[in-house]
Amino acid sequence: MRKLVQPQGLPSPFKPTSKAGKSHPHESATRQVQGQARYIDDMPEPQGLLYGAVGISTITHGLITSMDLSAVRSFPGVVDVVTLDDVPGHTDIGAVFEGDPLLADGKVLFQGQPLFAVAATSIDAARKATQLAKVEYESLDACLSVKQARAENKTVRPVHVNLNGDPDTVLASAKNTLKGHASVGGQEHMYLEGQISLAIPEEDDRISVFASSQHPSEVQKLVAEVLDIPLNKVIVDMRRMGGGFGGKESQAAQWSCIAALLASRTGKAVKMRVPRMQDMQATGKRHPFENFYHVAFDDTGLIQAADIDVSGNCGYSPDLSDGIVDRAMFHADNAYFMGDVRVTGHRWMTNTVSHTAFRGFGGPQGMVAAEAMLDGIARKLGEDPLIIRKRNLYQDKARNVTPYGMEVEHNLIGDLIARLEESSHYWKRREEIKAYNAKSQILKKGLALTPLKFGISFTAQHLNQAGALLHIYTDGSLQISHGGTEMGQGLHTKIAQICANEFGIPVEHVEVTSTRTDKVPNTSPTAASSGTDLNGKAAQNACLSIKQRLAEFAAELTGGKAEDVVFDNQQVISGDQSWPFAEFIQKAYFARISLSSTGFYKTPKIYYDRATGTGRPFFYFAYGASVSEVTVDTLTGEYCVNQVDILHDVGNSINPALDKGQIEGGFIQGMGWLTTEELKWDAKGKLISNNPATYKIPAIGDTPPVFNVDLYPRANDEDSIYHSKAVGEPPLMLAISVWCAIKDALSSIGDYKVDPKLDTPATPEKVLMAAMALQQELGA
Amino acid sequence: MSVTLNVNGVDRQIDATPDTPILWAIRDHLEMTGTKFGCGMAQCGACTVHLNGQPIRSCVTPIMAAVGQKITTIEGVQSNVAKVVQAAWDTVQVPQCGYCQSGQIMSAIALLERNPKPTDADIDAAMSGNICRCATYVRIRSAIKSAAEQL
Repeated sequence: MRKLVQPQGLPSPFKPTSKAGKSHPHESATRQVQGQARYIDDMPEPQGLLYGAVGISTITHGLITSMDLSAVRSFPGVVDVVTLDDVPGHTDIGAVFEGDPLLADGKVLFQGQPLFAVAATSIDAARKATQLAKVEYESLDACLSVKQARAENKTVRPVHVNLNGDPDTVLASAKNTLKGHASVGGQEHMYLEGQISLAIPEEDDRISVFASSQHPSEVQKLVAEVLDIPLNKVIVDMRRMGGGFGGKESQAAQWSCIAALLASRTGKAVKMRVPRMQDMQATGKRHPFENFYHVAFDDTGLIQAADIDVSGNCGYSPDLSDGIVDRAMFHADNAYFMGDVRVTGHRWMTNTVSHTAFRGFGGPQGMVAAEAMLDGIARKLGEDPLIIRKRNLYQDKARNVTPYGMEVEHNLIGDLIARLEESSHYWKRREEIKAYNAKSQILKKGLALTPLKFGISFTAQHLNQAGALLHIYTDGSLQISHGGTEMGQGLHTKIAQICANEFGIPVEHVEVTSTRTDKVPNTSPTAASSGTDLNGKAAQNACLSIKQRLAEFAAELTGGKAEDVVFDNQQVISGDQSWPFAEFIQKAYFARISLSSTGFYKTPKIYYDRATGTGRPFFYFAYGASVSEVTVDTLTGEYCVNQVDILHDVGNSINPALDKGQIEGGFIQGMGWLTTEELKWDAKGKLISNNPATYKIPAIGDTPPVFNVDLYPRANDEDSIYHSKAVGEPPLMLAISVWCAIKDALSSIGDYKVDPKLDTPATPEKVLMAAMALQQELGA
Repeated sequence: MSVTLNVNGVDRQIDATPDTPILWAIRDHLEMTGTKFGCGMAQCGACTVHLNGQPIRSCVTPIMAAVGQKITTIEGVQSNVAKVVQAAWDTVQVPQCGYCQSGQIMSAIALLERNPKPTDADIDAAMSGNICRCATYVRIRSAIKSAAEQL
């Protein structure tokens, strides 16, 4: 007979009390602070490993008339060189729609596009060899802006409209109207771990891929298609990413496919690590947007109608742009009821890299339009913007339908703002700032409170599903696999907490595996903030299946009822009898009870009808609000953020420390997007902000010295996992208050009656120009 | 050619050209992967190690500049300050994706070794070369302060 380990329970370094709802440390924290957490480039290298590199285009748009790679091939150390002609299967790796060739398909669509790939015995040889290609082009005119794309009618996908009522008639007859425009900049992901993939050829045509990807299942599918093999011969493994932020949702696949292609041809493992500058040139970014609005309002600032036009610069291909522009449209109302309203979303094609997912997925860009509009109304009426914002919030009964026809239920934004208004002393500080500005000639302070309402669910309905696989071993330890990927957000920690909570065992007894396509199939990307909502429920369902079996077994032993069996404090309790968890698992094993189960979840209630532009695309909304205070130097345009107060809604927090970390980090990342992070392309379409010396993300000194973050104490009214709410993306948009506070400071120059024109990112240069324009306008 | 480097107190022979960055000597030749590659141009700080106790960017410092000197990596930090800093990082729950954190910790240790009671301005000055895209800065500040209190 098989001998089992002694059922003493597992050694526990911590108190066995940490479960859901507690700030349990990130599962990798200790390894991360010791340099022991392993990323793909840290894995022991397989014997005979080859290193991949790509050669990229040096023009922006044109035809490749000849490509002589003989010097590349003969460079010492080079083992293989491939072009698109060498792909045995699909040559297009577009995530949703066609349009993304693995390597250039005779045409150059943007500057920095990979043309060919090399495998060599050293990374040095591979990269040096790529410089030896002789490529000749016939240049074509390049489309480099939304304005130009609009004039030439170049789109990657059709326009889409949400229409509620008759805005044109109301706008034509309204007493007060306002037209405005805001250019919204894009954003480089700048994940500190760049794109990387390691492909290992297995027997025959099978292949294993280690990919730093938010979407292992898509990598699996695309690798299979490129190699022309069935999906069941590809295994993708993802332990952790050194940052993702949306930049490894669709953009990670190309590097895995190239590594897999080279590996399958050479029979050797191939590692494809993209150098930083090439990573910044060749992978998509947050979409830049051009937003226009025309709004009608009454004398109190109540919006009667609005016509909002959001125009995404999608780059050369569709990629995920349909969903991204949709989400920009779905957030162009932010938290405000706009009466008769039309929101139009354009998907413009330009000869830049194909813009892609980035934390918020278009939502932030749409939301900027709403907040620009609200500021504009307030200045026109000479009211404090907070008054106008509060007056226009979605209400409970009437005034509660979005432009896409979804009813805003369980709305808590009014109360949330009221609490933050008080805790941040908004009105007291407003008076102090007015007094300060009246006396201060050069330095001007600004204050702004902006709300946030963010829709949670993938807008593509089919993605709102998840799977999990749970095993319990005979020592009482649990191993859980699920479809979500860990990129620092603490998803694995929350999943472990959920499993521990279900079985009443310490979190340390739960091991969350790397995300593997052979453990849980057909998964969705870890995106749309939905990682915990989807995978947490799937994991819980797997737990419930096994608990049911164990409960029935316990009830059988005691003559009690299965529904009365309790799993708590490492005990399984049925009536008067109880067993230590590990001991009971062994009992169940001997009684031949299955200790393994899958779990599945699909989000209820959601649908969207594209033909009518209406539906309920979101399961629920996450809310929040922030108050930012800034000081602007009107002589130089420089500014600093003095204080930030945030109240944010995460429902019942599964892990407050992780959730607050997402809020702090998301806010600062959003602040970078709106202030210092400026993407620059030269007149010929070459990205010139292509390294961290020319592209500035926030550093520690940019962090506000006073930074108060609180969680709004209310459970999610919808049946999400433990009634928590998603937190990954929403806090990024809280940073819009920084932009509005800078505008508020500038507005003080004109006694708060002029709305300064300030596009994002509001770099010191742009702030200075806005201040000068304002002074000129007032002087005239 | 063969170069002798003292890494974490041990002399190690490395067969590499003298202009090889320290980062690749320790990652590729010595297979110590706690120090990370981020940008390759001394702009992100993910590759921070100590050279004679001073924080340096190993991605741009050639091994010839380290001959006869002492390199310390995240794997080799053992001082009391280092232990307190690592424990504070754990307690305050600083890391998110974790990729920049060994560099952050190396800079924080160097700061507290020379200035056990840093002000906010001291912290910002010492840590400004270490960027964190998850923006864990609020907690980096508080972990350094919490470590300083225990020193």
